[in-house]
Amino acid sequence: MTFSFQAAVAERGFDVALSLGPTETVAVMGPNGAGKSTLLSVIAGLVRPDGGRAELNGRTLFHLGEGQRRWTAPHHRGTALLAQEPLLFPHLTAADNVAFGPRSAGTPRRQAMEQAVRWLDDVEAGDLAGRRPAELSGGQAQRVAVARALAADPGLLLLDEPMAALDIHSAPLLRRLLKRVLADRPAIIITHDVLDALMLADRVVILENGRIAEEGPTREVLHKPRSAFAAGLAGLNFVVGTSAGDGILAARGHIAGHSEDPVPAGRPAVAVFPPSAVSVFLTDAHGSPRNSFAVAITDLEPHGDQIRVRGGGLAADITPAALADLGLVPGMTVHLVVKAAAVSVYPL
Amino acid sequence: MTGGHAGRQAYTGVPRWLYGLAVLAALVVVLPLVAMVARVNWANFIPLVTSAPALAALGLSLRTAAASTALCIVLGVPLAVVLARGRFPLLGLLRSLVLLPLVLPPVVGGIALLYTFGRQGLLGGAIEVLGLQIAFSTTAVVLAQTFVALPFLVVSLEGALRTGGQRYEAVAATLGATPGTVFRRVTLPLALPGLASGAVLSFARSLGEFGATLTFAGSLQGVTRTLPLEIYLQRETDPDAAVALSLVLVAVAVAVVALAYRRPGGRGPDGKAGKQASGERPTTAAGAGGALA
Repeated sequence: MTFSFQAAVAERGFDVALSLGPTETVAVMGPNGAGKSTLLSVIAGLVRPDGGRAELNGRTLFHLGEGQRRWTAPHHRGTALLAQEPLLFPHLTAADNVAFGPRSAGTPRRQAMEQAVRWLDDVEAGDLAGRRPAELSGGQAQRVAVARALAADPGLLLLDEPMAALDIHSAPLLRRLLKRVLADRPAIIITHDVLDALMLADRVVILENGRIAEEGPTREVLHKPRSAFAAGLAGLNFVVGTSAGDGILAARGHIAGHSEDPVPAGRPAVAVFPPSAVSVFLTDAHGSPRNSFAVAITDLEPHGDQIRVRGGGLAADITPAALADLGLVPGMTVHLVVKAAAVSVYPL
Repeated sequence: MTGGHAGRQAYTGVPRWLYGLAVLAALVVVLPLVAMVARVNWANFIPLVTSAPALAALGLSLRTAAASTALCIVLGVPLAVVLARGRFPLLGLLRSLVLLPLVLPPVVGGIALLYTFGRQGLLGGAIEVLGLQIAFSTTAVVLAQTFVALPFLVVSLEGALRTGGQRYEAVAATLGATPGTVFRRVTLPLALPGLASGAVLSFARSLGEFGATLTFAGSLQGVTRTLPLEIYLQRETDPDAAVALSLVLVAVAVAVVALAYRRPGGRGPDGKAGKQASGERPTTAAGAGGALA
């Protein structure tokens, strides 16, 4: 295990345990205020937790509580941080920015500059070496920032939404670059984009309210989400309840579904189904085995070439023609109907 | 956008009557200066400002102002960094106390210094043991000037330090830079424009210092009689000399203001200058210092 981490910050309701293998990249996702940036700040040593311990490559980053008060300063941790904004030092050239890490480690100036040029070439920014940050575009600056972080030879790379501030033309280039450089080193990347999680990470961790709501291989989490947030990422309807028969008993009543493995009755379980499997009716057209939910429409929004109908925490996709036929408007009560065969039921 | 003419100018929303009052305000400042310049005896100007007492006073003023500016930098930089970055109780109180000389009558400052460094003062005994005599010496002039000028440097630099530098410092630390390296290679360079304008303002304040100097250092020609003191003295006997020397100080003040309010990368009335990295906006800080002056 390259990296192990457990820490609590009472003030922010943060309590997370996490570990990483030698070349593993973990994507951290979750709603705003879930504690994602706190996680990186604690690892980097910018925020001191109330208790916990962390080790990186056999060295203790911190061990607080249990009678211990060990704390490694940020500059001794080897955990380079790449933020949403590049934060290149504005008074230094791109090359001097990249050479900052090696020079801080005591590398002589000439050698540090040689390394900087190599790293700049590596991120396809070799021609920008002499430029000041003010003369770089957002995408160029972020590439230089990647080179700067890598040049510091970090034991663990921390990325806080590195693509978020980039325009749609620069993001794919940086994503490709990160895929290459993250392949053989441990990294934690905070992202809002499920594409980043799929492309860059081996594993995804979902944070909610300062705790890990679920974690697992990215494909598995998207396929069988066990948190409302992950279900939202995967674009699935997600209803929590307790298992009962072939379905679950939820606040809105019994939901019939099917499960791959039988779930013992009375266990916490979820019913998950895609919006595309949901039909919208104006009247309650009962017919077994189907689920029908009476909901008030909250939103209507375009979704690809479909219209997404939202209401009662559920979503249905219908064609624009169907929308026109039904004459749907927000506030209207409709019946969302989904066949039991389209509903997956599995334990939480 | 380079501030186009009336036709293309953006809406400003300034009521017309405001311009009248603004002109009045400008007159309050400019008119006395014009009146003074009108009284300058140009025929004798050069002899008046190059007389022995005048040159002695000017030389002393420049030397002491330079010394106190250096002292302000040496002492003010650590203080500004602590005020901008420190997190401890009573920080707010410390800031208020340090800024007190900005609003304190300089005479009061002089008396306070006298009761600190004077023979009967708080540290008088200790200073006497060392065989030193501070009050009524050139050292006293420098101390008095430092006392009144230090807040200008601290306010200016603290403002520059507060505008965004902290995130760069955090990044520098995660790249492996020790706190010393961060200070030297990130904090100071980013705050350099603020430090420069703070130093210029401190120099100007030192150069103009009168009350505290007179109270604490007295008025001995060549030792403690700086240019403002010389002007005050000449006013009684030789008004022409006083006016001529005043003009010299006005010229220095104009140069200082021009230096302190010079914007790196050109000024933008539409705020374009603000497009630079957030660490580089010294003029706001200088503006605060200037306003308090």
